[in-house]
Amino acid sequence: MSNSAEAGGQPARSLRDRFPLAALILERCLLSLILLLAVSVLIFAGVEALPGDFATTYLGQSATPQAVANIRADLGLDRPVVTRYFDWLGGVVQGDFGTSWASRNSVSEQVGNRLGNSLFLAGFAAIIAVPLAIGLGMLSVHFRDRMPDKIINVISLAAISLPEFFIGYLLILYFAVDFGIATFPATVYQGMGFLERVQTIALPTATLVLVVLAHMMRMTRAAILSVMSSAYMETAELKGLSSWRAIVKHAAPNALAPIINVVALNLAYLVVGVVVVEVVFVYPGMGQYMVDAVTVRDMPVVQACGLIFAAVYILLNMVADILAIVANPRLRHPR
Amino acid sequence: MNDFTKYLAGRVTAGGMNRREFMGRSMAAGLTLSAAGTLFANSVSAQAPQKGGSLKLGLEGGATTDSIDPAKATSQVMFVAVRTWGDTLVETHPETRAPIPSLAESWEPSPDAKTWTFKIRKGVTFHDGKEMTVDDVVATLKRHSDEKTESGAAGVMKSIKSIENKSGDLVVTLDSPNADLPAIFTDYHLVIQPNGGVDNPTAGVGTGPYKVKSFEPGVRMTFEKNENDWRTDRGYVETIELITMNDATARVAALASGQVQFINRVDPKTVSLLTRAPTVQLLTTAGGGHYVFIMHCDKAPFDNNDLRMALKYAINREEMVQRILGGYGKVGNDFPINDTYALFPEGIEQRAYDPDKAAFHYKKSGHSGSVLLRTSEVAFPGAVDASVLFQQSAKKAGIDIEIKREPGDGYWSNVWNVQPFSASYWGSRATQDQFYSGAYLSTADWNDTRFKNETFDKLLISARGELDEAKRRDMYRQMAMLVRDEGGTILPMFNDFVNAGSKKLMGYVSDIGNDMSNGYVASRVWFSA
Repeated sequence: MSNSAEAGGQPARSLRDRFPLAALILERCLLSLILLLAVSVLIFAGVEALPGDFATTYLGQSATPQAVANIRADLGLDRPVVTRYFDWLGGVVQGDFGTSWASRNSVSEQVGNRLGNSLFLAGFAAIIAVPLAIGLGMLSVHFRDRMPDKIINVISLAAISLPEFFIGYLLILYFAVDFGIATFPATVYQGMGFLERVQTIALPTATLVLVVLAHMMRMTRAAILSVMSSAYMETAELKGLSSWRAIVKHAAPNALAPIINVVALNLAYLVVGVVVVEVVFVYPGMGQYMVDAVTVRDMPVVQACGLIFAAVYILLNMVADILAIVANPRLRHPR
Repeated sequence: MNDFTKYLAGRVTAGGMNRREFMGRSMAAGLTLSAAGTLFANSVSAQAPQKGGSLKLGLEGGATTDSIDPAKATSQVMFVAVRTWGDTLVETHPETRAPIPSLAESWEPSPDAKTWTFKIRKGVTFHDGKEMTVDDVVATLKRHSDEKTESGAAGVMKSIKSIENKSGDLVVTLDSPNADLPAIFTDYHLVIQPNGGVDNPTAGVGTGPYKVKSFEPGVRMTFEKNENDWRTDRGYVETIELITMNDATARVAALASGQVQFINRVDPKTVSLLTRAPTVQLLTTAGGGHYVFIMHCDKAPFDNNDLRMALKYAINREEMVQRILGGYGKVGNDFPINDTYALFPEGIEQRAYDPDKAAFHYKKSGHSGSVLLRTSEVAFPGAVDASVLFQQSAKKAGIDIEIKREPGDGYWSNVWNVQPFSASYWGSRATQDQFYSGAYLSTADWNDTRFKNETFDKLLISARGELDEAKRRDMYRQMAMLVRDEGGTILPMFNDFVNAGSKKLMGYVSDIGNDMSNGYVASRVWFSA
């Protein structure tokens, strides 16, 4: 009896002990899922609470009571909120976000297209911004308090201090209007070739890079600098390592966790926070899509966008968490 | 020929001005009637439309929620799109706004104006190659007028009792007489589709000068020339691309850098900067749209006509036109009709800013304390600034206006038509009857001033059925006077439609019907070599 009870308790504990990393990651994933579910309730409730309704907003001044009633009945808005929430959630779990009220097209299809555009732009900006930021961060540590460090700091701080739309307008003014070397508007559409696409998004990419660069660069610099003051860095210096080698080999790996976090935050921003850049450059991404939908109260679209944005945020933060655990032996082997 | 007249002649050659506008302005500049006429003819003969080229338009007002179904076309982009791929039964004359034939060749009312017979043009084919029939027309009109319709034209169509094909003619029977029925059929929602678009409302198949090639809502829409167009006096460019650009600065940048050749909704505040660009021309048109401050005539304190009059005298209209519209507009006279409407009642005295009269009426009203004006950036462009100007000018008359700035989101459902005193705007309608029926009849759906006047209602109904123009014009004058002197509308200004285009763009018609050459811009313009 007592034996079997012990045996029943033992494997579970030992499984956790044997694979602490896997257990931690699993835990994070589960937490993320619960969080996502909570967000879906919040989004649905928030959207319900918005003033105004689709039928009147959509028809505007040309709304007759008859047309409004027709549209409401058509969309099944007379059903109770809870029923509609579970209907919607049931669809979402199967990847079906329903039908847009305004255009009567499948939301999943439209969102897929828009999300692809957003990820394309964000991905391109990230490919340039992340290595550049980390490299510049290490460079400024190497030359700390000397001229290159100061120049990098001033320029990146100036870029982050300007509002993003202003940077956008400046780039448009000089590169599109005055010199005429860049493409504007940055409208991409289906059936556009890859190279043409890359060329089209040059200006918005540059804007985004300038906006997120400083944050990541300064965090890299601060994290490495704090490591630099530790005893083992002094040892590295004393044993004759060049300062650049010491930074890359010894300081950077130990400063990884905060850097990963700030990179993840900025990547999330690149996907979900670029509405203004999309508007300025006439880029058909998710943000613009969601704003349009909110203005006419096209709820299925608002909900889909909200949920996807939340999912991107949660996913990136989870990945950052996991990477930080993996990068830190102390977290990998707790005890 | 002085410089100003030369400039005008240049604009005629460039197609930027119609005859009426040209004659009016050049005679004001001192030219005699016959001289102006000759000059107009000379300038016109200098232009012969050239074919070819691809036209890109950067337009405000598109959204991902746009639908290609004409019944649901509401945005500016879809307005132009529908006019580009489809045709209505009737069009309006760009200068006089009188109904002129399009897919309907001619029409005839019964003596009581209750039954109308339309002869439908033969030999017109849809983009899919099928010939357009009277049955297609009947089905289209029915789709926009049946009880379950979600069409934006449902309001103007509701007086129709029956639509029939009687031995090859379209016969429309109305509930009550309406002399304006042909004007109703110019509504852009009512483009004729195969079988009325019942089978596939979003096919984008019509009889217009261009065929829809691709459509991404809120992004862009492309068109190619319809080689079998039944008309030869339109559709000059080879391909058209409508790009949704909701950011005003983006539109201006795209035009200035030559990436698009036409943009709409130029901000009046930046017009002067834009015209400095050497490759850009301004394309403005007087319109019937207007900005208003509306008072509910049945709610205290606005149920007192003296208070309404006091506020009407307390607004400085000239100042508003200059500061809010940048001069691109005309002062209003507290009734919603201007000379862009047929049968406009001319010669009504212009109401001006008069602090003394305002103070007199204010005192007579017995009101004390402040009046609360609700406003928002979305009410009309510059609405908050205009409200502050109003506050300042009223202060000089001893009237205290308190301004409450409401959030733009939900303004049209929570404030407009709900609160007793707010800022708003109106677009133009096809006829005076449509406007008054929609917003000033006691029972109108959007009677946003709660104006309930029996005499007015009776005049409106009898004017609608009156086929004698002189009598009708007189009735519209009486109605205008009633609204002006007893209504709840403070109408400081009519706004011009301010668009801009590349200087290579020719043939733009300043159509008083609506914005962007009444939506026909894409099929009317051409490129100079």
